[in-house]
Amino acid sequence: MSEADTAWIETALTSARPQAVGALLRYFRDLDTAEEAFQNACLRALKTWPQNGPPRDPAAWLIMVGRNVAIDEVRRTRKQQPLPEDDQAISDLDDAEGAIAERLDGSHYRDDILRLMFICCHPGLPATQQIALALRIVCGLTVKQIARAFLVSDAAMEQRITRAKAKVAEAGTPFETPGAIERSERLAVVAAMIYLIFNEGYSASGDTAAIRKPLCEEAIRLARLLLRLFQSEPEIMGLTALILLQHARSASRFAADGSLILLDDQDRSLWNGTMIAEGLALIDKAIRHRRSGPYQIQAAIAALHARASTPEETDWAQIDLLYGALEVVQPSPVVTLNRAVAVSKVRGPQAALDLIEPLAPKLANYFHFYGVRGAFLMQLGRNDEARVAFDRAIALANTSAEAAHIRVHLDRLIRDSQPKGANGGARQDAKVKAPR
Amino acid sequence: MLYAILCYHDEDFVGSWSKDQDEAVMKKLAVVQEGLAKQGRLGPVARLLPTTAAATLRKEDPPLVLDGPYAETKEQLLGFYIVDCKNLDEALDVARDLGSANPGGAYEVRPVGVFRPGGNLK
Repeated sequence: MSEADTAWIETALTSARPQAVGALLRYFRDLDTAEEAFQNACLRALKTWPQNGPPRDPAAWLIMVGRNVAIDEVRRTRKQQPLPEDDQAISDLDDAEGAIAERLDGSHYRDDILRLMFICCHPGLPATQQIALALRIVCGLTVKQIARAFLVSDAAMEQRITRAKAKVAEAGTPFETPGAIERSERLAVVAAMIYLIFNEGYSASGDTAAIRKPLCEEAIRLARLLLRLFQSEPEIMGLTALILLQHARSASRFAADGSLILLDDQDRSLWNGTMIAEGLALIDKAIRHRRSGPYQIQAAIAALHARASTPEETDWAQIDLLYGALEVVQPSPVVTLNRAVAVSKVRGPQAALDLIEPLAPKLANYFHFYGVRGAFLMQLGRNDEARVAFDRAIALANTSAEAAHIRVHLDRLIRDSQPKGANGGARQDAKVKAPR
Repeated sequence: MLYAILCYHDEDFVGSWSKDQDEAVMKKLAVVQEGLAKQGRLGPVARLLPTTAAATLRKEDPPLVLDGPYAETKEQLLGFYIVDCKNLDEALDVARDLGSANPGGAYEVRPVGVFRPGGNLK
């Protein structure tokens, strides 16, 4: 078998994974058993598919084979493990395939996949563990790959995932088919987890962006999958659109030296047009439902940026209104801070400054607050105050890219305050936190 | 005779291709397309966005708009070609050539009844 063949088969296994592991989980009612059964089925696939060609329905094949191997295992070890009665085990893998499609009950698969995603979102797990677990059991990333994206050692990640799995096992998995209300609650929880995965990748700095990009790609894959299972959910459309529109800009977000490039300064020719088109199409569809929600509003804001071929064409008045709507459904000081940027473009820096002044106590430790405040003060010509704000921002910066970005502002301030002809741009020594 | 070659594939699988895999497939397809274009036999070619971006209008009274593709199938319509071929065999040959670019999926080969290349699309 050529390397290319193996790569294609591995891709097929990856894409079949959520459905197959989800079905095996329903069948065995135990995550470890389900995963092991899937692994065994994958090993068989790597052996037999190159000779016989891939099956028409890889997921069905993997479910069937995974079941049978596990059942054979049980028989061999003569463990009297009670299995569901609807089982018609056949161990002859070669002619199993034809009959498989009819034998598998396809009606379950939506809830199977949703359940698999949902158990990763156990409320007792910290967000990072939820994400790591989902990447491992739903996306099938290796511990090594996940550790790399999270910038931790393999051993630490292994431990994190093991702990998370134990917690999930302890909590028990809900196997009864969910009712409509429960299903939509699960959807909301899973959507939030997918957005967390995306943000984990998106909030990288220049030197880690490449390593963390797979997180964004996995999040998009999960969002599309969820949307395919639940076609008419406007908030899932909104979520998918939002992350597509944000990810479409990834090629233009960092300079060669790893520093962050702000939206206004990005080279828009580097934006991914196909992703933008898909994002815009989804927003279009979502709005028809007239059931607004935070993901849709944020996606609509991202869409207005995406539609502007130059920064000057950005419809800031509309963005201001949308942030206003977001403040109503999901009030937070960070939303107001973002709104202030739109306000500064529409009504000037003083109005924007008035809007964020009350946020100071809540955002006392938030890097962006001081960066934005400094920018408004600078626009108003209050340079000394601006400098104080920028210094504070640098002290609070989480990444070297954030700090470097603020330094550009500071350098400009210093340069502007020098008498003409002097060499401006002397670096201020500010304490910078080490990047995470 | 013009034939529509409709490309069907498992969307989850195609969506899981790495960037390199996707580019490799597109490159191989481009070779087949160039050959057809040189012979003046290639009409419009389209790669469609995922079915999640689709909406379906059912012609009831009043018409009903639904989210998603028309049919719930194991493999989804992901793109199409219009190609000029002498007969079905020749059209199947083109489909075979295209098929060697990536594993799995299926091509539906359908003769075209009415074809208006015009419109005013660039």
